[in-house]
Amino acid sequence: MILRPADYAPRIRSGDFVVEPTDPPDERIEVGVLVVGAGPAGLACAIRLGQLLGEAPELAERLGDVPVAVLEKGKATGSHLLSGAVVDPRGLRRLFRGRRIEEMPLLGPVMGEGVYFLTRRGATRIPAPPTMRNHGNYVASLSQLGRWLAEQAEEGGATILPQTAAEKLLAPGGRVRGVRTGDKGRGRSGEELPNFEPGSDILARVTVLAEGTQGHLTGVALDHFGLHGANPQIWALGVKEVWRVPRPLRRVIHTMGWPLRAGARYREFGGSFIYPMGEEMVTVGMVVGLDYRDVELSVHDLLQELKTHPLVRRILAGGERVAWGAKTIPEGGFLSLPSRLHAPGLLIAGDGAGLVNVPALKGIHYALESGRLAAEAAFRALQPGEAPGRRGALASYDDSIRKSFIWSDLKRVRNMRQAFGRGFWVGGALAGAMTASRGAFPPGNSKIERDSEQPLIVTGRAGRYPAPDGKLTFDKLSSVYLSGSKTRDDAPNHIRLRRDVPRELAQMWARMCPAQVYEVGEGEGEATVEVTASNCIQCGAITAKGGRLTPAEGGSGPEYTLT
Amino acid sequence: MKIAVCVKQVPEATAPKRIDPGTKRLDRSGEGTLNPFDVHAVEEALRIRDASGEGEVVLVSVGPPRALEALRKALAMGADRAFLVSDDAAAGSDLVATTAILGKALEREAPDLVLFGQQSSDADGAVLWAAVADRLRRPLISQAAELTCSEGRVRAKRQTEYGYDVIEAPLPAVVAVSDAINEPRYPSLKGIMGAKRKPQETVSLAELGVEASAAGEAGSKTEVYALGDPPPRGESRKIEDDGSAAEQILSYLVDRKLL
Amino acid sequence: MSTLVFLEHHAGELQKDSLGVLSRAASLGLEELSAAVLGSGVRDLASRAGQFGAGTVYVCDDPSLEAPLPQPRVDVLARLVRERSIDTVLFAATVLTADVAAGLSARLAAGLNWDLTGLERQDGKLVGKRPALGDSVYVDVGWKSEPRIALIRSGTFEPQGAGVESKVEELTVELEDFSRAATMVEQAHEESEGPSIEDADVIVAGGRGLGSPDNFALAEALARALGGAVAATRAVVDAGWYPYATQVGQTGKTVSPRLYIACGISGAIQHKVGMQGSGTVIAINKDPNAPIFEYSDLGVVGDVHAILPKLTELVEARKAGG
Repeated sequence: MILRPADYAPRIRSGDFVVEPTDPPDERIEVGVLVVGAGPAGLACAIRLGQLLGEAPELAERLGDVPVAVLEKGKATGSHLLSGAVVDPRGLRRLFRGRRIEEMPLLGPVMGEGVYFLTRRGATRIPAPPTMRNHGNYVASLSQLGRWLAEQAEEGGATILPQTAAEKLLAPGGRVRGVRTGDKGRGRSGEELPNFEPGSDILARVTVLAEGTQGHLTGVALDHFGLHGANPQIWALGVKEVWRVPRPLRRVIHTMGWPLRAGARYREFGGSFIYPMGEEMVTVGMVVGLDYRDVELSVHDLLQELKTHPLVRRILAGGERVAWGAKTIPEGGFLSLPSRLHAPGLLIAGDGAGLVNVPALKGIHYALESGRLAAEAAFRALQPGEAPGRRGALASYDDSIRKSFIWSDLKRVRNMRQAFGRGFWVGGALAGAMTASRGAFPPGNSKIERDSEQPLIVTGRAGRYPAPDGKLTFDKLSSVYLSGSKTRDDAPNHIRLRRDVPRELAQMWARMCPAQVYEVGEGEGEATVEVTASNCIQCGAITAKGGRLTPAEGGSGPEYTLT
Repeated sequence: MKIAVCVKQVPEATAPKRIDPGTKRLDRSGEGTLNPFDVHAVEEALRIRDASGEGEVVLVSVGPPRALEALRKALAMGADRAFLVSDDAAAGSDLVATTAILGKALEREAPDLVLFGQQSSDADGAVLWAAVADRLRRPLISQAAELTCSEGRVRAKRQTEYGYDVIEAPLPAVVAVSDAINEPRYPSLKGIMGAKRKPQETVSLAELGVEASAAGEAGSKTEVYALGDPPPRGESRKIEDDGSAAEQILSYLVDRKLL
Repeated sequence: MSTLVFLEHHAGELQKDSLGVLSRAASLGLEELSAAVLGSGVRDLASRAGQFGAGTVYVCDDPSLEAPLPQPRVDVLARLVRERSIDTVLFAATVLTADVAAGLSARLAAGLNWDLTGLERQDGKLVGKRPALGDSVYVDVGWKSEPRIALIRSGTFEPQGAGVESKVEELTVELEDFSRAATMVEQAHEESEGPSIEDADVIVAGGRGLGSPDNFALAEALARALGGAVAATRAVVDAGWYPYATQVGQTGKTVSPRLYIACGISGAIQHKVGMQGSGTVIAINKDPNAPIFEYSDLGVVGDVHAILPKLTELVEARKAGG
């Protein structure tokens, strides 16, 4: 029997999340431009707006007491930010013209690099594919960079509101007027607890969705305004750790091959990264496409397995794990881009729009650039005589995206990811051909299938995961602890899932989730999935594989600082 | 009625806590947050003010200038005003020095009721309010798990090892509340956005009228000599039950005088 | 040195921890060691203090001291310390003594070190040892001036007879007005259900390994026999087996009893951080690889359903037999 997670997906109607304002007029909060998400895209937007409004005081005044507001669902800025990361400085340079990269909290330029193909015990150096060359780039902790960007945004006049989740889109009459924030203080069954605080309507002239991967309102908006492109989005799951190490690492390392399997039937696309973070720390992560098929595949456990490889063990020797986290990355690239990134009163930027260059493993500079362009489009549409809610008023955003390096970069590598659906070797050959021809060969566009439509297979993979030893390898629960997550036990369950499902599907979820949210008991036949939502670190994997993550209470989830 | 709540900024719980080997004090650089125990005191003050329909809730704190950010969270919850004593000379103050500073600050405010949280998540001490009460020469109630205020008197249910006492005192008084007393409210968005506009005053020791010699390390009567590892837990044993586990546990307990 | 140990008492008995502190002071050879007993109808108790090393026992027996309120005690002790030039005052920490010690510190501008788990004499100085940062680091602390005041963590020192010749001295009461202002309306009585988990000396905690909510009765029986409280893990509280007020762990309560018996608990770190300050940890679990065995003092690989009833029986028998 062919089992596809998509067949068990819960019914979610995006329309439920599009509402009219309900607060009495004197309780509504009014801001000029509302940005949802304090990540690089959202903060770049807020920073650019601060720059523009600084030169246009009359407009700033007309936008009221709070010209720019940024909502962040995490406990603080950076709490939900996680990436590798090696950053292409283009985005930062264009946002902070005249300022030096050395002033920014990056962790040093890339000094050297190596790409390896791994087997269980061996490592063969291979030439870095052109898409992966990192000369001129910088290593960064996105969480740390985010905190600095937030300070810059605030200095420019933005108001950042952490612990605030945007739950619904306010869009009366087809025009986006803002968002409604989530309630706080509900109990397990949704009941109002003594300190219940209802969400608020926040009204804005322009709303910018910069929610990152699996953005909740982004998904709602794509459905509601019919913005989906030719192909669905697909994702990868990245799980990473930060280690304090005695010997500094002096280069950036990427690996392919082991512990992933090359055969087409497994569909295991991905690899690992090991980056130095200054002199005292390194970060090591495993990224695997969620179109994998093996029920027992667990990216967290693959990361633990990876660390037992001599190449990696040597780097971490004598060290201590100090951080852990996980997050999904949109992988569809150019082919999965929405048909439009704007709607009346609305702009969509960053990872939420799928602006990630998968072969180069880069998206932060696109997030920064798209946020900057969104600010400019919003600014234009707020000029006297313009109305941002008018159809097409924000269309200049899409134009500027198409003219930017984001578009040309993504188009050039558009078919590469899908080539790897045909297995590592065929994919590698095709990727080589694509690079050499700068995207011209093979011609046309691949077709992309949803991650949740991949059939499941069972191979006994779990038998090879290392047992956690608490020194080099770790279990999921102690990792969740390290992420700083302290979500309230009695918070409502924010995960929509069918609970009674075929056993293999439940097992797949249990393995997939890096935070041990899903558990299935022993037995035969259908299984009931146990969900411990308070473990959830909001990585988004479940949405790719047959469930749906909805916004949790603002302030809950991980509290990343080093990721 | 004026209620003063003594609050403290402490390092963020998730920031790896370390003691600075140089100064041997808690490394307080990095993210700070409002001491979670003090949040209960702020909530209680707001409830008392709201129940009586009038009054003012003032936050009083001693700390670096950054502490204002933590105070803003309490302002966002609904406190009216914040008063911060900030001075380099106050760093490293022990109980005696902190009491001298806080005491002066509270004398200046002359509140009807002073509230404290029951301990601090950093130094884990549970003693400051009693010292302050003595300094202010006011009656004290600690570990209040329930508090009512009426007609110039305050009445509390206090948690002790033996159960609950009910204690009463006339205002002005000092009360330390336990974390069982209430479930603090979430600040509303309007509250958060309005917090920055509420009055926030920062004064130095000199402006407050406290001698530098009475504060900081100079004014402290205790000192830290050295840091060390915790004593080893001792031998750890693991046994398999062969039917006699219960007896083995019993003799283990008896040997260690745990019975 | 001239050292005074405050002896707390309850229901006609001197409190064990304060006698432990007195014993420690005696064993350190602290000179001119005295004790103080304050209350109403406490003269009999005073004579017993001599058995633990106090050369002089100061008694202040007055109706105004009947209620266990801190501020009148500060008045009495402050006067005593000043008049007799006492340079060190030691307390075993309780809800009451924490307030007394801190009030005394303010009154005398005397340094106070609290939560001490050790007390030593080094080079003629008195040095305290205390845990910090959730018991992960230990700090040596001292006093820069006299008088010195110390609060010692409950359960640190055991009383040891060290009988000496002791004389009892009566003190008169002179209270400040503000010290009399707080009044006891209703005094606590022993709770019939035993101590709460935060105050308990002994905790028997249950996890999923108990198998079903009914099996919490096994933990309850053992707790009753040991005079302790019952706690639960997040997993069983989530499943509705036991109330949230008893949850120990990162998102529950933090406890540090003298004895923690973990029954059927796997011991994930979220649980560990709620009880790692416990004195002695005994774990019973049928899974030999359960993480709890990494930090228990005595690990028992076995079936809780068989071991708990047997252990309860043995404890009850021992307590009855004396």
